[in-house]
Amino acid sequence: MSGRVHVVPVGVYVAVFLSLMVLTAATTGVAYLDLGTFDNIDLNTLAALTIAVAKMLLVVVFFMHVRHASSLTRLVIAAGFLWLVLLVAFTLTDVASRAPQPAGWGPATLAPSNASTPAPPAAP
Amino acid sequence: MTDAAATDAAEHPPYLAHHFTDIEQQNEAGTLGMWLFLVTEIMFFGGLFASYAIYRFEYFEGFREGSHLLKVQFGAINTAVLIGSSLTMALAVRCAQLGRRKALILFLILTMILGAAFLGVKWHFEWTTDYHEHLVPGMGFSHPGPNEAAIQLFFCFYFFMTGLHALHMVVGLGIMAVLLWMTSRGRFDHGYFAPVEISGLYWHFVDIVWIFLFPLLYLIGGRY
Amino acid sequence: MSAALAEAPPGTRVDYLNANYGIKSWLLTTDHKRIALLYLVSITLMFFVGGSMAVLMRIHLIDPAGGLVHPDTYNKLFTMHGIMMIFFFLIPSIPAVLGNFLVPMMIGAKDLAFPRINLLSWYLYIAGAALALTAMVSGGVDTGWTFYTPYSSTYANSQVMLTATGVFIAGFSSILTGLNFIVTIHKMRAPGMTWFRMPLFLWAMYATSIIQVLGTPVVAITLFLVGLERLFHVGIFDPAVGGDPILFQHLFWFYSHPAVYIMILPGMGVVSEIITCFSRKKIFGYNFVAFSSMAIAVISFLVWGHHMFVTGLSVYAALIFSVLSFMVAIPSAIKVFNWMATLYQGSISYDAPMLYALGFIGLFTMGGLTGLFLASLATDVHLNGTYFIVAHFHYIMVGGAVMAYLGGIHYWWPKITGRMYPDLWARLAAAIVFIGFNLTFFPQFMLGYLGMPRRYATYPAEFQVLNVMSSAGASILGLGYLIPLIYLIWSMRYGPIAPANPWRAKGLEWQTPSPPPTQNFEATPVVTESAYAYGPPGSEQEGAHD
Repeated sequence: MSGRVHVVPVGVYVAVFLSLMVLTAATTGVAYLDLGTFDNIDLNTLAALTIAVAKMLLVVVFFMHVRHASSLTRLVIAAGFLWLVLLVAFTLTDVASRAPQPAGWGPATLAPSNASTPAPPAAP
Repeated sequence: MTDAAATDAAEHPPYLAHHFTDIEQQNEAGTLGMWLFLVTEIMFFGGLFASYAIYRFEYFEGFREGSHLLKVQFGAINTAVLIGSSLTMALAVRCAQLGRRKALILFLILTMILGAAFLGVKWHFEWTTDYHEHLVPGMGFSHPGPNEAAIQLFFCFYFFMTGLHALHMVVGLGIMAVLLWMTSRGRFDHGYFAPVEISGLYWHFVDIVWIFLFPLLYLIGGRY
Repeated sequence: MSAALAEAPPGTRVDYLNANYGIKSWLLTTDHKRIALLYLVSITLMFFVGGSMAVLMRIHLIDPAGGLVHPDTYNKLFTMHGIMMIFFFLIPSIPAVLGNFLVPMMIGAKDLAFPRINLLSWYLYIAGAALALTAMVSGGVDTGWTFYTPYSSTYANSQVMLTATGVFIAGFSSILTGLNFIVTIHKMRAPGMTWFRMPLFLWAMYATSIIQVLGTPVVAITLFLVGLERLFHVGIFDPAVGGDPILFQHLFWFYSHPAVYIMILPGMGVVSEIITCFSRKKIFGYNFVAFSSMAIAVISFLVWGHHMFVTGLSVYAALIFSVLSFMVAIPSAIKVFNWMATLYQGSISYDAPMLYALGFIGLFTMGGLTGLFLASLATDVHLNGTYFIVAHFHYIMVGGAVMAYLGGIHYWWPKITGRMYPDLWARLAAAIVFIGFNLTFFPQFMLGYLGMPRRYATYPAEFQVLNVMSSAGASILGLGYLIPLIYLIWSMRYGPIAPANPWRAKGLEWQTPSPPPTQNFEATPVVTESAYAYGPPGSEQEGAHD
């Protein structure tokens, strides 16, 4: 909304909407196909995330008017996503590079009483 | 978001706050402020997404099994409903830009209806059913099998993430209601509609969160 | 606070303090200057609450067997001390008091971008503080300010929920303040105020605000998860059901490490302002100082793992975090070099603000250097969990941030209140603070090196001498903090009336009367010169007339 007001034609919005619907159907459909893995990357996951990013970009660029937004706005948005990536990536470097745990480590089933709290906490 | 400028009403329109020099500065400030708020929301949800990603990495099989217990059809329907509400919201903003009050009211109401429908589907077809299937952690969760702990962890995240998202939807509905009230009182015209635009940004953001939640919760791990 | 000027004779100039009277005019104000004062009173209260916890701890630690309180109570003392000081004093201190007051004035604006959100942020702070204080008087929390799981999420029987909720709410106060500053600095600078003509305090506030906006939401959601885990008895961080306690630490420190830069960056901004004014010299290396603030803001997000070197982090991740932790020291060092170069051949006067700023430079440098010992994996294994860490962060947060805060309060006091404080008492207090601080915390470096663990209510008898020294220093430090409290309050009624620019300083805030009118400037200022345009030594350019 900085400077001139850009009124986007209804047709553009409807086209974006239809694209989003198609992509939703696509991602749902693809989930039922086994795409296998490539170089240790699960392709189903890659497909789902790629489609989600594409949908997000459609919403951001067209519905949220970022197409006409200032570079400051775009920088702010980019920073937000970059920081989330930093959080996930750096945490994953730890989790993914830990020494392998002994087989059978970690509980698989819950205790019969579903009590995970041996000492019940005081009033929360 | 508006303050009557008492002493200089002659020079400034009533919707220009006194500490801004012109309406353009006010609009730019408001938009930047909302985008910064959305960035905080990215990091807020992001903490949950990060935790989910870590646990999915650690418990791939269990999370896959948990994901299969979700009802894809309702997730997909809700995705469509929410995208539709983004369309109506975008059209509402467009009507505000053009000063079309009645159409703006119509699209705001449509957006609210679609948002409420989303919440209704979630509550009735998904959450209450999950409760009866003993899939709600902390409320009688039970899913005997080799991956029970991981499945409980999955459902912790499922309910936290969709619950937090639903909370944001409820707030969004509240914001729409306020916008409806303001519109009906004639507060907006083609020269001033910043609150509608800014609220639209918030609504679209909530849609984007769901755009990621749907595949990450319902589809990842595949359903083949 | 308005009572002081309420008795001013009629015909006195209208300023922001006497523009309106009555409690509603304060509690419903949207004037950033009044909000700054609301914060000043609130955080001062929390400072003394947190400080009294420290007093109790230091008295307790005079005796190796721990003479004063039960060990469980001791755990609650250090926890509440940390929570009060970090979340309710240090993080808001300079941004919410000095930042709120000065950011609009320094850029030549009438107010912040969102005045009502500014007021909301104060109310959120009060709500959070109220919850934390309630938790304190109804059993307290004993998890440590770090809330490590699964103790905090599952096993603690103390007021974790109440405290975590209080911190959660205060976090949003911090986020809104940061958001407000970013928009204000981007959109509301006066004509001629380009980015590189801004005072460095604004660069520091801008960098701080970026950290607040990007980091705080993560700790908010993390505490939210801990709360949910306690409420619903589910195990997100509970290893008994497959949860990962280290994940909590990742999420917690992702914010809490940048948080320490939220606490120090504003202090660095204050020091830049004070050093230039009391050397009568422009800052050396303006661009370097400005960019190093931004670099600190960015790199600070990449080092959090150094808090987790000994808790179970993979060694490969630890290596990455270690290298990055060394790198984050570089921009801080650049600033210290630039301050020293500014002082060099400056015309230096040792007013109280300058004493605090000089103390900051020395003590921050020591604290920062000891951080490098901790960034190094091998030495951290030995020093982690000891008093070395305690000394390290107190050198930065108390020797650094608190001294900068006090220096800033003294520097801008005439502008804020229209009164001067008593100079001799101020310099005396600064000296007492410096001496008391070093006596309190330097022995703790030695204790840590010798192996005394932190957060322990008792200790081996061979450490007693150093502990007694530390406790003695704490009493001196406490005295040093009480003295300004007294004379600053005294000055509001009895201090000499201050001119618009008592320090003959550069900066837009000094171009308007003391105290300023509600709208800050009679006419929108136009900026034509760079920041710190002090003349060459000898040709003393006068500051603004008063």
